[in-house]
Amino acid sequence: MILCADNISLSRGARLVLEQVSVRLEPGKITAICGPNGAGKSSLLMALAGLLETKAGCVLLAENELSGLHPQIRAQRVGYLPQEAEIAWDVAVENLVRLGRMPYRDRGDHAVEAAIAALDLEGLRHRPASQLSGGEKARALLARVLAGEPQWILADEPLAALDLAHQHTLLRHLRKAANAGAGVVIVMHDLGTAMNHADRVIVLSEGEFAGHVAADGAPEEALSAHNIKRVWGVDAQWIGEPGARALVTY
Amino acid sequence: MNRAALVFAGILVVLLPLSLLAGRVWLDPFTDPRASLILMELRLPRALLAIVIGAGLGAAGAAMQGYLRNPLADPGLFGIAPMAALGAVAILWLGASASQWTLPVMALGGAALGMALLAIIAGRTGGIALFTLAGLMIASLAGALTALAITLAPSAFAMSEIVMWLNGALTDRSWRDVYLAAPLVLAGIALLGFAARSLDALTLGEAAARSMGVRADLLLALLVGGVGLTVGASVTVAGIIGFVGLIVPHLVRPLTDRLPSSLILPSALAGACLVLAADSVVRILPLVTELRLGIALSLLGAPFFLWLLLKMRRGRL
Repeated sequence: MILCADNISLSRGARLVLEQVSVRLEPGKITAICGPNGAGKSSLLMALAGLLETKAGCVLLAENELSGLHPQIRAQRVGYLPQEAEIAWDVAVENLVRLGRMPYRDRGDHAVEAAIAALDLEGLRHRPASQLSGGEKARALLARVLAGEPQWILADEPLAALDLAHQHTLLRHLRKAANAGAGVVIVMHDLGTAMNHADRVIVLSEGEFAGHVAADGAPEEALSAHNIKRVWGVDAQWIGEPGARALVTY
Repeated sequence: MNRAALVFAGILVVLLPLSLLAGRVWLDPFTDPRASLILMELRLPRALLAIVIGAGLGAAGAAMQGYLRNPLADPGLFGIAPMAALGAVAILWLGASASQWTLPVMALGGAALGMALLAIIAGRTGGIALFTLAGLMIASLAGALTALAITLAPSAFAMSEIVMWLNGALTDRSWRDVYLAAPLVLAGIALLGFAARSLDALTLGEAAARSMGVRADLLLALLVGGVGLTVGASVTVAGIIGFVGLIVPHLVRPLTDRLPSSLILPSALAGACLVLAADSVVRILPLVTELRLGIALSLLGAPFFLWLLLKMRRGRL
């Protein structure tokens, strides 16, 4: 089930955020969206999730316009994890994860248990949200998305609040989801993680008037030293072997 | 029915007979020959009205706090209660309350106008910030116009009638008021019940809720309709009775999983208990004239609100 942004332009208020962006995303892969602040990464992700109205162009899921799908059907197919780890009420982790079943209106015990196990939340299942650390909260919120068993997982900086071990766990589970056939799209700032863990990287750049796609392809190509200099304005060099690259800036 | 609902349903079952017997004159249903008349014509409609109003305000408070994701939210923020009051005040000002239906119709008209204004201003997108500001603006405008009506009251009698009515009470209410308010409040609670699962999703923020299939415009419509009917009907038959919607969800929340959907029914029952108990207390207080219910609940609610603020400052809310 291909997710595709077809020549979309997005605006936030009076400001044009993205102009004429086209991306075609295939399931079974991890795609990273990278770019400087203000390039429109989160806006592109929200548009791909069907949460932002396009000014021009459209988002298609399996050749059908996403905006034409019933919100509940869209929610069953596309899971979205926002950047802000907002939990308004002091809800226990298990109930929080169970919210992921909302699009199905069922309890989905099996899916909820699988998501709790995948994110290593077994010991925290009865803990109220107010007593969770930033990383625990981020894991619980991602588990909520996984509990919905979506065909597409769109996550906005899910690694930002996690320590190294949990970053590793989470990436392992996202890889597992991708291998099982789900499409995974992650907005991330850490170019090293994108280089080593993504199958494809889309680099957005803030153009003169609005954001656009500056590079799109395999990580080695999209995040080449030349592109990093062009988009971020930073001199950098990759060291190490493929799959274990590290970025050195100077 | 969850644990909280059972607890408050149990309390209500105990409170209702006590409330029917309580008053300046305690009723002895076995010896007093007038007991059945007093019960059926005065105390039963009054108690049922207290239950209906309390249930509506409690459910509306739980839904409002869930929608605004704020434990300090109150249905009064919507501006619907002040608009309903303005409708009633207009009739009292004109001295046209002689017809028994004029005041309720005008109050409900005011509530409907408040709901329509909210829906128009907050718009299709249903943004929560815009919605809150619209509610505050409508409440301020209705409050100012009510104050103007009091200032320009044509006679001292009209002024006194307006002020007394605004203070809220269940004195001298009849079955007619029950028949008027009950269907509207029940319909309002049903609408809030339909919104309950969407309010749960809103726990994780607007974007996450929409990604889970919540339609912001439909949720806003259910909220405006639900709160409009419950609060509008309450103001119509009893005047302004504040703080119930603020207090009740806090009594209920510790007994639930804290998701908004788990709060609506128990808050309705707890609201019914609170208003019924408060109305019984104002009846038995040894004062020259009966303390107005609205004043009594404000005397209870304002310190409670202050306590909540202090708790929030210490990060315990």
